[in-house]
Amino acid sequence: MNKTDVLIIGAGPTGLFCAHQLGIIGLTCEIVDNLDKAGGQCIELYPDKPIYDIPAIPECTGEELTNNLLKQIKPFNVNFHLNQRVEELKKVENRWHVRTNGNKEFDVASIVIAGGVGSFEPRKFPVKECKKFEGNSLFYAVKDKTIFKDKTISIFGGGDSALDWAIELSNTSKVNLIHRRDGFSGAEASVQKVKALSEQGKINLYTKYQLDCVVGENKINSVKIKHDEGEVKEIKSDYVLGFFGLIMQLGPILDWGLNINKKTVEVNTENFETNINGLFAIGDICSYPGKLKLILSGFHEGALAARGCFKYAKPDEKLRFEFTTTSKAAQERLGIKK
Amino acid sequence: MSKITYKTHDDKTHTIDVQNGLTVMEGAIQNDIPGIDADCGGGMSCATCHVYVNEDWLDKLPVKEDGEEDMLDMAFEPKKNSRLSCQLIVSDTLDGLVVNIPSKQG
Repeated sequence: MNKTDVLIIGAGPTGLFCAHQLGIIGLTCEIVDNLDKAGGQCIELYPDKPIYDIPAIPECTGEELTNNLLKQIKPFNVNFHLNQRVEELKKVENRWHVRTNGNKEFDVASIVIAGGVGSFEPRKFPVKECKKFEGNSLFYAVKDKTIFKDKTISIFGGGDSALDWAIELSNTSKVNLIHRRDGFSGAEASVQKVKALSEQGKINLYTKYQLDCVVGENKINSVKIKHDEGEVKEIKSDYVLGFFGLIMQLGPILDWGLNINKKTVEVNTENFETNINGLFAIGDICSYPGKLKLILSGFHEGALAARGCFKYAKPDEKLRFEFTTTSKAAQERLGIKK
Repeated sequence: MSKITYKTHDDKTHTIDVQNGLTVMEGAIQNDIPGIDADCGGGMSCATCHVYVNEDWLDKLPVKEDGEEDMLDMAFEPKKNSRLSCQLIVSDTLDGLVVNIPSKQG
């Protein structure tokens, strides 16, 4: 059991800055995120897109913003628990016990939900019967590539994941790459490589086709793919891989008894506490009259939620308002040497 | 104001007066039209405001910017008449536009 003052759910910019604000006022925290890295939407959806509305930073990319926030919280040695999704919350006397899908457990005084629009999950095929083969002969990520050796693999998608795996697996497997249009969104060098491999007969490329249905009993035997113009082809496949990026799902947060309205959690604007004492929500996931889904609003919300957490972590102490420019305590926490 | 008609998957029709300058996505969100999620809030980075545009409107719409087609690769059941509604800015020329909302966004 990890014991700390505050658990932050979500390592996006809002969660990261909230960790900073907690650190400044002398509270400890740990951060859980379902992705394999910090940064949230900034890193997953638009790492290279410039952002122009972070105060005092005329232009920066999602990745730069994330790296700077990580640098800013470095003095606080915050523990990250990545690839973990929070599943269960339980109130135990004055504390919260939290468990993730990876069976990590936390004992905390309060929780800040900075979960964006939910946790990122792979986008799946629209075809219903795909579900039945998921994890057995149909995958949305590659965990063990050795199972594909000498097999026939049908890969769907046009982004980097689809192209990279098509190239990689063409060394040891028979690869069909199927995409809905002639253009690809992946890196140009990968597109050229795939086209070259297709000309050499090492990848069978089907463009303007989409999955129509999968055929098989316990495992997939073949897939039927449908052309834009309606023609259907059946191609033998031992395995199917789908790479359509990620979608955000609110997931278990829906079951915690929070007041939820249009996939967002209602909060007060004094300290961003939800209808449940000790549970706070900040960033894209919270809603209140006038809410703006901007990173800068998330920073403000995190600063106030951090102060709201204080009374739960240190019920016998009073929080004094201080500036980092003059507060000795804050500067010590930041590791400033004078 | 322009009239935009949103047809949901269950064949319900919602015709709304949307202020010029808003996007077709915003018109849906502000009027609680079900089926448009717009998770990223209009940043062309999530493909959850995907709509099918009635064929006769296709060539009257602004051309797709770089990136919209890439995002549509990720959409649920994309078709030739697929667009991201966050990229369709309402103006007099779109008065009467009809969009169909897919059964799911992801």
